[in-house]
Amino acid sequence: MAGQKTEEAEVAVSRLDSQSLADLRADFPVLDQQVNGHPLAYLDNAATTHKPRQVIEAVANYYERDNSNVHRGVHELSQRATVAFEAAREKVRAFINAANKNEIVFTRGTTEAINLVANAWGGANLGEGDEILITELEHHSNIVPWQMLAQRSGAVVKVAPINDAGELELEALADLLSPRTRMVALNYVSNTLGSINPVAEVVRLAHDAGALVLVDAAQATPHLAVDVQELDCDFLAFSGHKVYGPTGIGALFGRAELLEAMPPWQGGGDMIEQVSFSGSTYAHPPARFEAGTPNVAGVVGLGAAIDYLESAGIERVATHEHELLDYAEGRLREIPGLSIVGTAAEKTGAHSFVVEGVHPHDIGTVLDSYGVAIRAGHHCTQPLMERLGLVATARASFALYSNRDDVDRLIDALLKLTELFGDG
Amino acid sequence: MDDLRQLYQETILDHGRRPRNFGAMDDATHQADGYNPLCGDKVHLYLKVNDGVVEELKFEGQGCAISTSSASLMTEALKGRSVQEARDLFARVHAMLTGKQLDDMAGKLGKLAVFEGVKQYPLRVKCATLAWHTLENALAGGCGVAKTE
Repeated sequence: MAGQKTEEAEVAVSRLDSQSLADLRADFPVLDQQVNGHPLAYLDNAATTHKPRQVIEAVANYYERDNSNVHRGVHELSQRATVAFEAAREKVRAFINAANKNEIVFTRGTTEAINLVANAWGGANLGEGDEILITELEHHSNIVPWQMLAQRSGAVVKVAPINDAGELELEALADLLSPRTRMVALNYVSNTLGSINPVAEVVRLAHDAGALVLVDAAQATPHLAVDVQELDCDFLAFSGHKVYGPTGIGALFGRAELLEAMPPWQGGGDMIEQVSFSGSTYAHPPARFEAGTPNVAGVVGLGAAIDYLESAGIERVATHEHELLDYAEGRLREIPGLSIVGTAAEKTGAHSFVVEGVHPHDIGTVLDSYGVAIRAGHHCTQPLMERLGLVATARASFALYSNRDDVDRLIDALLKLTELFGDG
Repeated sequence: MDDLRQLYQETILDHGRRPRNFGAMDDATHQADGYNPLCGDKVHLYLKVNDGVVEELKFEGQGCAISTSSASLMTEALKGRSVQEARDLFARVHAMLTGKQLDDMAGKLGKLAVFEGVKQYPLRVKCATLAWHTLENALAGGCGVAKTE
């Protein structure tokens, strides 16, 4: 991340001082509430982030002033809606540094983006004996679509292992690449452990083996500057609601020549060139993959969320979250019987943990009674839980508005937990 | 802390930590698996039923304090009861957990009354009912998995 900059210059641009942090927090109306008689300490940001007033207002303004269907009407409102919709596409392009805005397809979220690739690209390109390589760190959304594709096509899903710290075993991954490997699909950041995968390195290995790479960046876009050209990946997916935008909207990046060669996966309005009863021809990407009236308000909200994150400064946010993660790690180690699950050297966004003798769901309930919101469970990564020999973990995850007080509240509640469950 | 102690009563914590009748049974006449897909809690229940009477119960599995203690206390409560009594007791436990009143509730729940606090936590009711749904499946002779969803 530091690149060529000197350390001093880095510090100068990257600090989020306490006043700026307080100002950012004030942008999020939902944070200002009591839960079970305590001020809310929201540490479930890997599940979804809250929305700043700027995003909420952008969505409201769209409905109050511009609401209309896109790409068809000749009237003023339709024109405005279309301009706002396409302007957001440009924002997404710049956000992940794609070369061309036609490489950005709007989807319902990361899950739909992966399913789009598995269906449209996979259906046209995979056959008996072809291989898809995923990793033990994957979310169900980056496992199941490939299994479904394998079932349809006769392809095989292979799984690259991790070490006990939760880091991808690159050599083992390289060994699993074969001339039959057509796709490597992996997350950039593990939603459960927070491990950052060496994506650029994986892309290099995969390309050398003749395979494409799809990156699930759902947990990366909130915490890291993501650059698809630098990564050199072929597809990349992320969700709006994890980067301070609305639910139900996300984006797929696909390299132009790959999208151009892919058949559509859903038919309907907007994705066609010409329709007749004897047959239809399809529009060019991205329209080819956006059948039906899109989630225009969601797209507008996503655009506003990207503006918000960029004005907060992604590098500044990343540094703040990194410091908070370190602080949380130190404090979590003060709790007797607590073990942090996932100790990768490169982590961002979250700490998973278990407490001896207490099931994660009981941790979740006890913390909630103190107004501390965390996630407990398998985090939609059941195969990873099995690999780690666990049924579930508790997970505290951070956002740009998280602060030390949230972490201290977590620790205080965990001390109460050990008091409640401790004797015996 | 007081609200929490309403939920996590000493009996629940005790049975969560040291479940009774925990382990496998070689000569079970009925058995079933229970699974909560939302949280991954699992229970495997063994019954020995003779002449319409539940003579022995054992269980294995992994779960939170609520689901483990519920299974443990259920096995204690049902030993020596008839199949019909077991089903009636489930109806009462279910009514208690969902805040419904049945005629003649008082005095019939015994130790199981410690779960009353769970009704304040709708997300945790399924933890407390998992073992009972599994019991229902085992008694029905089904070999499928009882699911809370």
